[in-house]
Amino acid sequence: MTADTLEALADVEAATVEVHDVHKWYGAHRVLDGVDLTVRPGEVTVVLGPSGSGKSTLLRVINHLEKPEIGYVSINGELIGVKRQGDRLKELSERAILTQRGRIGFVFQNFNLFPHLTVLDNVAAAPVATGRLGKPEARQLARELLDRVGLAGKTGAYPRQLSGGQQQRVAIARALALRPGVILFDEPTSALDPELVGEVLAVIEDLATSGTTLVIVTHEIGFAREIADRVVFIDGGKIVEQGPPSEVLDRPRHERTRDFLSKVL
Amino acid sequence: MSEPPGATVVLAEAPPTDEPSRPRTAQRVLPLRRPGRWIVTAVVLVLVAQFAHGLVTNPFYQWDRWSYWFLRPTILDGLLITVEVTAYSAVLGLVGGIVLALGRLSKSPVLRAASWTYVWALRSIPLIVVLIFLYNFSALYKTLSVGIPFGPAFFSFDESRLAGDMVVAVIGLSLNEAAYAAEVVRGGILSVDQGQHEAAAALGLPKGYQFRRIVFPQALRSIIPNYVNQLIGLIKGTSLVFYVSLLDLFGSAQTMGSTYPGDIVPLLLVVTVWYLILTSVVSVVQFYVERHYARGATRSLPPTPLQKLRTGLYDLRARIRREAAV
Repeated sequence: MTADTLEALADVEAATVEVHDVHKWYGAHRVLDGVDLTVRPGEVTVVLGPSGSGKSTLLRVINHLEKPEIGYVSINGELIGVKRQGDRLKELSERAILTQRGRIGFVFQNFNLFPHLTVLDNVAAAPVATGRLGKPEARQLARELLDRVGLAGKTGAYPRQLSGGQQQRVAIARALALRPGVILFDEPTSALDPELVGEVLAVIEDLATSGTTLVIVTHEIGFAREIADRVVFIDGGKIVEQGPPSEVLDRPRHERTRDFLSKVL
Repeated sequence: MSEPPGATVVLAEAPPTDEPSRPRTAQRVLPLRRPGRWIVTAVVLVLVAQFAHGLVTNPFYQWDRWSYWFLRPTILDGLLITVEVTAYSAVLGLVGGIVLALGRLSKSPVLRAASWTYVWALRSIPLIVVLIFLYNFSALYKTLSVGIPFGPAFFSFDESRLAGDMVVAVIGLSLNEAAYAAEVVRGGILSVDQGQHEAAAALGLPKGYQFRRIVFPQALRSIIPNYVNQLIGLIKGTSLVFYVSLLDLFGSAQTMGSTYPGDIVPLLLVVTVWYLILTSVVSVVQFYVERHYARGATRSLPPTPLQKLRTGLYDLRARIRREAAV
């Protein structure tokens, strides 16, 4: 890595994420039922909850892949996907939303790499398309990021030629290329063979110690205990309890949390 | 399994060991004999030989007249018209099809309805009707103007000057082609995984970039085979432009045929061979274009014919050596 880009990467300021009383319905089904959450800069938050509890939806609301019907999300005080007009919230234009998303990293369960582009182009695409970097600079950045996730030798490969763990690491590099203030992980290891989980968790751990704000939906309780500053347990679209892992995981106060942990541990 | 338990014991026993240097011979698996396949192959070969023999020896085909006509300037002029009309209509039809497909996939109900209606109408009207209708267009609308609907016009064209026969043919074929291309393109776009749209949106890629660089190249994988099918139909469909007095390949042959009635069969054979050549060229191009867009979709690209031949020969040699060794 050249000193320049390293500095540029370190330059990114970890973001504060605030979720304000968010409600979300799918048809008649209420998925999020008044969620409030504050994630401090550099904090690693792990979201746990049974399947269908709304944890993925919460993550997708943060970068406005899902629009909440009530409430809003702000990152460093800037509202996401909406603007204030008097005492009302008004939806932003699609272009404005896309610009905001360009500052939020998102890692999918199924990687969703672009199969027709090489690994290098997958990572370099966003900075070029959004006009933030020229093509040579973006490629240089992509090479450095791939080196950081341990895939320096795979730049010319196509995603389907890689293992699941390698693909997910490319996806993380792709998110990092946005120089995001926060990275959201939606069950990043759920689609992986057990022996490949470790390599992806190691990369996430590296990010956690480098001071980026992370919000991670996962079922890896051991991993949560190790890296989380805070664990949030969500059920029925509501936050049931939250706190440091030593509290939520080891001495849960709520019956539902205890019940869930007894099933997954 | 109803096999007697003794069967496995027999297999486990050592094979007859009069030739100790080749201990594996006894366990070699012999391929299944397929006499039926050989009989069918022989019958088909005989039929093909008979057909080829008839094609060459039957005086009805007049191959000498065929070779007289095959490269005649009138025929080649017609061929050029066919290629030109096909090329323009294929490109314009595809562009129109993309626009219509985006209309059908749009969030606006008006755009969706408009695209649907266009496709419905143009797929229902026979191409020949569209062509003859357009040919008589200048009688219906004296001038064509660009401006505000029902309001003032900014430009106007004198219809009769604008519409050469070639223009009429290309417009007619493109209008028709666009309706079919719209469905081919729409199917291609729908075949792209939802996760790709989400990933592109999550990265904040601009809307146009998402379509041009992420969704459409992946959609092309399924669009190409279907659109080439469409294109081959179009090549032959151009023979209808004869009815709007454009002398394409078929039209030239037809005209020559009425001047030299004795040569109708060889002229039709000339046309047939040219159409075969055009379709073959398209198929070869299709193979390489598909191969190009297969990058990343499969772990390794499908082999080119040359590569296939090479590996085929290699396999054959390996097999002969193996046979010789056993």
